[in-house]
Amino acid sequence: MKTMTIKTVKFIGLGYLEPLIRLIAGEEVKKNAKEAFKKIMIPLLSVFFFILLWQSFSDYLNNVESEMKIEKALQDQGPEAAKKLEECIASGDISCRPNSLPSPLMVVGALGKLWDDHLLLSSKKADFIQQYAAVNEERLAKGETEIKYTGRPSFVDQIFTSLKTVFAGFLLSIIIAIPMGILLGLSETLRTSFNWIVQIFKPVSPVVWLLLVSMIVKTILANVDVEKSFVISFISVGLCSMWATLVNTSAGVSSVDKDYINVAKVLQLGTYQKIFKIILPSSFPMIFTGLRITLSVAWMVLIAIELLAQSPGLGSFVWEEFQNGSSDSNSKIIVAMFVIGLIGFMLDRIMMIFQKLLTFNN
Amino acid sequence: MAYLELKNVCKSYGEGKNKTEVLRNINLKIEEGEFVAIVGFTGSGKTTLINLIAGLIEPDSGQVLFKGKPIQGTSHERGIIFQNYSLLPWLTVYDNVAMAVKTVFPNWKPKEVEEHVNSFIAKVNLSHAAHKKPKELSGGMRQRVAVARTLAMKPELILMDEPLGALDALTRGNLQEEILNIWSEDKRTALLITNDVDEGVFMADKVIPLRPGPKATLGPEFDIKIDRPRDKTALNHNDNFKKLRNSIIEYLMEIGAERTAGQEVSAYELPDLVPLQFS
Repeated sequence: MKTMTIKTVKFIGLGYLEPLIRLIAGEEVKKNAKEAFKKIMIPLLSVFFFILLWQSFSDYLNNVESEMKIEKALQDQGPEAAKKLEECIASGDISCRPNSLPSPLMVVGALGKLWDDHLLLSSKKADFIQQYAAVNEERLAKGETEIKYTGRPSFVDQIFTSLKTVFAGFLLSIIIAIPMGILLGLSETLRTSFNWIVQIFKPVSPVVWLLLVSMIVKTILANVDVEKSFVISFISVGLCSMWATLVNTSAGVSSVDKDYINVAKVLQLGTYQKIFKIILPSSFPMIFTGLRITLSVAWMVLIAIELLAQSPGLGSFVWEEFQNGSSDSNSKIIVAMFVIGLIGFMLDRIMMIFQKLLTFNN
Repeated sequence: MAYLELKNVCKSYGEGKNKTEVLRNINLKIEEGEFVAIVGFTGSGKTTLINLIAGLIEPDSGQVLFKGKPIQGTSHERGIIFQNYSLLPWLTVYDNVAMAVKTVFPNWKPKEVEEHVNSFIAKVNLSHAAHKKPKELSGGMRQRVAVARTLAMKPELILMDEPLGALDALTRGNLQEEILNIWSEDKRTALLITNDVDEGVFMADKVIPLRPGPKATLGPEFDIKIDRPRDKTALNHNDNFKKLRNSIIEYLMEIGAERTAGQEVSAYELPDLVPLQFS
């Protein structure tokens, strides 16, 4: 049981929990307590320091901001208004809170608010669906379209929309980059003749890709009933992020160990067998490294692209919060930032697990 | 007509100034069922020679004839055991062998393949490790897998490129005997390349020294007329064995000395400088 847990934990890249597990199992208490302290407590301490730093920095910024506000009130409206404002700020009232970096507690509060909002919205949605179930059945029977819930999406809905877009983009980049990479890796002629495309398009910014894709998609899908902003954003994500996989796949395929090629020669494998039994398995580790980079790039550019493409998701959530400028907008943006970071981290871990499962390592 | 014949085979690498002639005018005849060992210094072109016979590379001039016909590319008739094992690291021991068996005998039923593979894994004493990956095995075990893989292909000619070169002395001795045991079951033609004279004399019917490259050629043949099965310990007291071994080593030492003597010692002309005199 214990060995199993440790194995699993190590497999998903959380090896630093090992001493804690051993400690709980009561094994070599002294040594493991020391290890656990070193590997868990000290990192936790760094988190604590980070929060402390954040708190003091936000305090500082808020003080500067409120002083500036009071100064302005004093100049524009006179000493009475300034005094009133000072009292208002001291009381912590929302209406006159300085608009700067939110403190950690405010961010936690915003997280709670977003969660409550999600619960509220999803219960509304459930009610709606229940209410219209019978009507929709009737409409479907008559061959009419269903009445769909069109309410505001909650924060959690936005997360899932973003994940959907990123996976669609990731899938697109796999479909394009892996076969292309294999082709380029196999033939030196192709590699040298298409190298310029890779070199020129690889550093292009996501914003430009988005504009290019929207030019094309707008025309092609002019008369098709699909969510164009979704199509545009996932295609842009795919095109932005596929280069790492393309380059890694072609490098992996073109640098297969000569020993393995000799084995293929001695066994007289056909081209098809040579590719699928020798070349691909031996370049799998490199392909997966490429895929990991691709997924993390995809997640990173997705936010920027959603923000610009008006496509629903975390990016547009951040943008809307920034635009509407309500009292807790800043806190919500910070919540989104942490959520984006955590999801990116999790995606990378998932890819790493796949890599460990599917490839050999020397 | 010899079973395997090399006629005036030359091979060089590089071009122009950087051209190095590795092999020059190699002539070799091996009869069916013979076990021939070629011994030579490292870097004398042994691997090039065996790659030529395997068909992995082509000679610049001359001919490699197998059963009277010039060879074209590789063939399942000529199995090769590589110096560095060349196992596929993503496959288990069983799958490494099975992949070779399936490609050589595509018409076999799965059951036949399984029996065949298992029997060869058993022959090299690896049944307990059949489902391990190469990286979990020791060097000796890996080379056993490579031996099983090649022999399971049932080649008519077995080529061995310093198969035991990277192993320690104990494992080496054991594997020599294992290879001989498997070989003696059906006494196929075998060509062993080695840098160990004792190994050559112990295993082969005929030992041929390779005069070191560049421009390597084959030396005189030494027939080993010692009855099989040979016993390693008894062999150490066999006069015939001692005499043969000594004469081969002597020959190699001689050409080694020639080689160093032949190298020109380049002299550097020193600039004519006189230290400044400060008075």
